[in-house]
Amino acid sequence: MTIQAVFYARSSDKGDDIDISVFAHQGAAYQWLLNELTVQRVEDFFTPMGIAGVDRYPVPGLLAIKFVIHHALDGGGAHSLRADNQGKTWSGALLRYALERWDNSTG
Amino acid sequence: MDRVRVGGGTGFYGDTFMPALDMMRAAAVDYLCFEDLAELTLAILQKDRAKNPLQGYTKDLIPMLEAGLDIALKNHIRIITNAGGLNPQAATQAVAQLTRRLGLPLKIATVTGDGILEELQQFLPFAHMETGQPLSAQVHGRALFANVYLGARPIVHALQAGADLVITGRVADPSLFLAPLVHHFGWDWEDWDRIALGTVVGHLLECSSQVTGGNHGGDWETIEGLDAIGFPIAEVCRDDEVIITKLSGSGGRVDVDTVREQLLYEIHDPHAYLTPDVAVDVTGARLEQVGRNRVRVSGIRGAQRPAQYKALLGYADGYMGQGMMGYSWPDALKKAQATDAILRRQFARLHLPIEEIRSDYLGYNSLHGPLARTQASDDLNEVYLRLAVRTQDKRTAEQVSRLMVPLALGGPPTASGLIGVDRVRALTGIWPSLVDRHAVDAQVSVTVEEVLP
Repeated sequence: MTIQAVFYARSSDKGDDIDISVFAHQGAAYQWLLNELTVQRVEDFFTPMGIAGVDRYPVPGLLAIKFVIHHALDGGGAHSLRADNQGKTWSGALLRYALERWDNSTG
Repeated sequence: MDRVRVGGGTGFYGDTFMPALDMMRAAAVDYLCFEDLAELTLAILQKDRAKNPLQGYTKDLIPMLEAGLDIALKNHIRIITNAGGLNPQAATQAVAQLTRRLGLPLKIATVTGDGILEELQQFLPFAHMETGQPLSAQVHGRALFANVYLGARPIVHALQAGADLVITGRVADPSLFLAPLVHHFGWDWEDWDRIALGTVVGHLLECSSQVTGGNHGGDWETIEGLDAIGFPIAEVCRDDEVIITKLSGSGGRVDVDTVREQLLYEIHDPHAYLTPDVAVDVTGARLEQVGRNRVRVSGIRGAQRPAQYKALLGYADGYMGQGMMGYSWPDALKKAQATDAILRRQFARLHLPIEEIRSDYLGYNSLHGPLARTQASDDLNEVYLRLAVRTQDKRTAEQVSRLMVPLALGGPPTASGLIGVDRVRALTGIWPSLVDRHAVDAQVSVTVEEVLP
């Protein structure tokens, strides 16, 4: 089974924040996401990147969770030295984290 | 059935306009909106304008119109764009020159008044939207631009005046697309659910191919025709039915997965996506596949628009110098790391005034940094060191290259690949704030000019 068969995600920047949407394809996987990707876990996961705070917004009708990661870009895309200065790949990092937990819980 | 079709012509400054030309030729839309201003595009345009006061708009506007204007006029397609950037009047002048040269009659409307840098005194303390701090004299002194995100209203005025082409500066992205819907259907500005629906149409179209299968995080390998991806079209009916689709025969895909991905993109709180026109709640959205590459969007709710406008000030904040050097097996990573250590010792010995040094290893951790999985790091086939520095003066930033290149001979073995250095880049800090609507509206104006061949 491929990663994308269970979840997918997209991220980008707004000012100094990064905004990540994670999507499930069916209800059971979405429930699992809601339980597993808590604000605290996501914040802990991204802390090594130098962030300050995470907001989480579930959108059950779209089987989606939106995360807003604050102070993620050292002052914004045109101010950052990062190779990924718009946070386009942060979705992948979070997805990988989710899938490792998924494999552990289902495997 | 009274229906209007709006197309997404570009999603950023530099986007291809071939799909837009295809939509024009096929007469597949009534309005075509070109969204060219990402948050930091104004920083790029500011550099252009500093060199030449007749610049400061997105340069792609002219070749796009040169290729498509006659078709647009022939097919009665009206064009709306924020390509005016920091200098909408100059953009209009350039377009007028072009249309005279092409021998085409054109009614151009120019929306101005979003720029507030010269009037900033009037908007002080210009408190930072997140921290609440008043704008410091230091940041104010280094300001490059300060622009308000205007809403759809001035564009509607321009359309009512009969403009074939509307050129604006900093208008909020979705407002470009909302305007023709308000104009066509005569929506009331306080009919919040409808204004929200039109804003969602704009939000879905404003990033061009990101809703038609581009940059799709899902089953991206199964999306066909990315070499000729179609840009999005919204069909909106008077009874508020909205269908997102694309040009028949174009590449890409429009389905519930591509649409929900763009629906939530960069909106922060999905209960309150704020624009100058409305507060949008997308949490009740319903997306239904109603045909091949056709998705119906409903369930969008709106509430009273924000009391203030958002403004964004950009200021000069130093420079970035960066360089790259590649190494192969054996010990690829170790060699790249050794080069990094050598450079850092040299920076220290020369007492270079560097504020931040960032070292990344391409193919290893340059994108995910400390979150990267770094198994088998001693057996990588190849690794590139990318070293970037932040400095306040340009010369220090340039030193990175001067010091890196000699290490091809005088450093660890097998230095290769992209040896050398990127041009030093000016860094731009941003300062978002909220400003009084009435003070801004008082300076917004819409000028309509009829250019005859």
